[in-house]
Amino acid sequence: MTVYNHPYKDVEFLFSELLDFDRMCQEAGLEDINQELVSAILDEAGRLGTEVIAPLNAIGDRNGATLGEDGVQETPGFADAYRQYVDSGWPSLTAGETYGGQGMPKLVGAAVAEIWQSSSLAFSLCPLLTGGAIEAIAAHGSDELKETYLPDMVSGQWTATMNLTESAAGSDLAAVASRAVPEGDHYLISGQKIFISWGDHQMAENIIHLVLARLPNAPGGVKGISLFLVPKFLLDENGRPGQRNDVYCVSLEHKLGIHASPTCVMNFGDNGGAVGYLVGEPHNGLAAMFTMMNDARQGTGMQGLSLSERSYQQALEYAKERLQGTRSDGTRYPIIEFPDVRRMLMMMKSATEAMRGLAYKAAAEIDLSHWAKDPREARRHAERTSLYTPIVKGWITELAQEITSLGIQVHGGMGYVEETGSAQHFRDARITTIYEGTTGIQGLDLVGRKILANKGEILRDLLDEIEVTADAMSADDSLAGQASALKQAVDNGREARAWLLDHAAENRDVAGGVSVNFMLLMGYICGGWVMGQAALKACSLLAGDGGNESFLRAKRVTAQFYSDHLLPRVGSHLATVKAGADSIMALDVEQF
Amino acid sequence: MKILVGIKRVVDYNVRIRVLSDGSGVDTDGVKMSVNPFDEIALEEALRIRDAGNAEEVIVVSAGGDECQQQLRTGLAMGADRAIQIQTSADLQPLSTARAFLKIIEREDPGLVLLGKQAIDDDNSQTAQMLAALWDRPQATFASKLELDGQSATVTREVDAGLETIEVDLPAVISVDLRLNEPRFVKLPDIMKAKRKPLDVIPLEELGVAAEGNLEVGHYAPPPQREKGIMVEDAAQLVEELKNRGLI
Repeated sequence: MTVYNHPYKDVEFLFSELLDFDRMCQEAGLEDINQELVSAILDEAGRLGTEVIAPLNAIGDRNGATLGEDGVQETPGFADAYRQYVDSGWPSLTAGETYGGQGMPKLVGAAVAEIWQSSSLAFSLCPLLTGGAIEAIAAHGSDELKETYLPDMVSGQWTATMNLTESAAGSDLAAVASRAVPEGDHYLISGQKIFISWGDHQMAENIIHLVLARLPNAPGGVKGISLFLVPKFLLDENGRPGQRNDVYCVSLEHKLGIHASPTCVMNFGDNGGAVGYLVGEPHNGLAAMFTMMNDARQGTGMQGLSLSERSYQQALEYAKERLQGTRSDGTRYPIIEFPDVRRMLMMMKSATEAMRGLAYKAAAEIDLSHWAKDPREARRHAERTSLYTPIVKGWITELAQEITSLGIQVHGGMGYVEETGSAQHFRDARITTIYEGTTGIQGLDLVGRKILANKGEILRDLLDEIEVTADAMSADDSLAGQASALKQAVDNGREARAWLLDHAAENRDVAGGVSVNFMLLMGYICGGWVMGQAALKACSLLAGDGGNESFLRAKRVTAQFYSDHLLPRVGSHLATVKAGADSIMALDVEQF
Repeated sequence: MKILVGIKRVVDYNVRIRVLSDGSGVDTDGVKMSVNPFDEIALEEALRIRDAGNAEEVIVVSAGGDECQQQLRTGLAMGADRAIQIQTSADLQPLSTARAFLKIIEREDPGLVLLGKQAIDDDNSQTAQMLAALWDRPQATFASKLELDGQSATVTREVDAGLETIEVDLPAVISVDLRLNEPRFVKLPDIMKAKRKPLDVIPLEELGVAAEGNLEVGHYAPPPQREKGIMVEDAAQLVEELKNRGLI
């Protein structure tokens, strides 16, 4: 087992140099919030992560949640860790101040979430889901629901879940069949939901389920789905958890990874009906879900980053300690001195830093969309957010598969052995390309809703902005090579965009066939962009009186490596996009 | 009663330190800095004494450049009521630090001064003892248990032979050891509140203390690489080998 340390230098560099966080806050009129405060917050979160949560990660992998007489029993040690997490006030970080939250920016929430997720992804999912439910209720719930449920959710005394999926309704929510029948001031919910993360456990005194179900005579398809709040324990007259509601976990899935996160099959209404309360308008449940979509999908992208970071830290430590080479004088040297091990570590380092740059930029964009006073500015930031979201989710989680796999490869045979712990990151990462919308869904979202629907205008603006960075880089001789590589990548992006706009109408398979390659192409360009911006800043700081010289020099080299090894993938994805869907779809189903 | 707690900014205990190539010191460029862990224990104890109703106010004090305000803010977030920075760009030696702290004592008139038993950077373990002598008050070092009883304190000390319990009259200087308590995790809302707590900055010169040093640092060097060992058959061979190496 290895320790986890928060990579605070890279995070602080992003906040101060790439995002200009202090100015962001000033312009938004947030007088109390600045980088100094955020550093203190990250410091404390890092401490709790390193000392309390990270040591539970491997324990949770080996001792996953179990189902017994009293419901789901979480991994030993998790309840204590969750108690410390709650006592320290972390659940309230980004929630609104009305219900006891600290009202910190999404960007700060993302940076803190990185710490929990690197420490233990399985553990972090429980508060993550609660955060999503808080947002949904805050945005769509009645005042009474908000006042009744939000304070205890914001404080972390109660946790929450999202109940969307059914066995016949996965990516296609139109098939949701769970039912809700009105009865007095509430509804009786019945049906079965699957893949419900943290659907049951003993860490909190109540669990608030948000459930998609159909009202009687609801229209078919997605326009007939409503959202309900179903507590595990109904509240008594004092608002405290009392009588058990008719909702139970009936089985747990056996999974490849995140063993400590109980993935529940939840039965509602086996004994007459689970009491639920309508959230928002009837038949409008999906809108409530979409409120959280940018957050949840970007959050999943963050998970890919977080696991890549943890995997990198572990591989790096091993590479520095594992002695395999022998010098002529008989002394031995560690594997980090072999060029191919270096290559793998640089792949991990540069990819992780590029992921972090893009993920934080996208999180900041959510804040800017909320803070902008000019409606046009707000709209521009919201559109940019919606463009980033499938790229953050799709590209980062796909790249995380490669990076966590490299983490094993650096270890050689020891990486394939479970006791080493590297394999866990690889297995845990595997879910991230699947939940919150598969990679395929992200590709379709990008190409369809985010590009074709606006004739590629939002994408055009982004590519123009990236070119500005490339131009600025070309003014610095030492970055000329990287500048032309980034310029080339932008040109490739424009070519892909033009091709898509020209060919999408040919037949309906074109967009779907090229979408994932298109999404990955955009991911590598955006990664090149943030690494280019980082290199520019590093150069100008080094030319002045610097700051941390060794960090800045390392940043420049890492950006160069990205430009040499990862950015060229843009060209390959472009070629595949331009090949279109012909060879994808040419075989008849019977020919397979 | 007021309790004064000393806080030193040091390289974080998780950091693997690196000696500068010219041997002039340790590389702190971009290295994570934290509150000296023993000082954290001292502060935790002070907060527990206050919260039990045996003190009214806890004041954290640090001597250093403005960067040490970060550690003072951590102390405020843990629960200290206010902070004092003795502002100096010099790297103070224990005697100067003790003299400066004495000046703060004269201003604040605390009933108890709690310090870490040593700072994990230079491991001097001198400031508390020097301060007690300069102040001409009792000292109790390496405390692993502390009980206040009106005008005196009963202190269990960790000494080479085990534990020793002594009683000191207050005011006194007590330096704390690792096992005294386990410092709390800072709560998120308290980090925000810490920003609004008072932090006074007093230049060292204003206290009339010179940053002079009576210690001279020769150079820093990393510990030598461990050499390859040999397996010995028995005690006799062990003695033989030690003699061969001129070690006995």
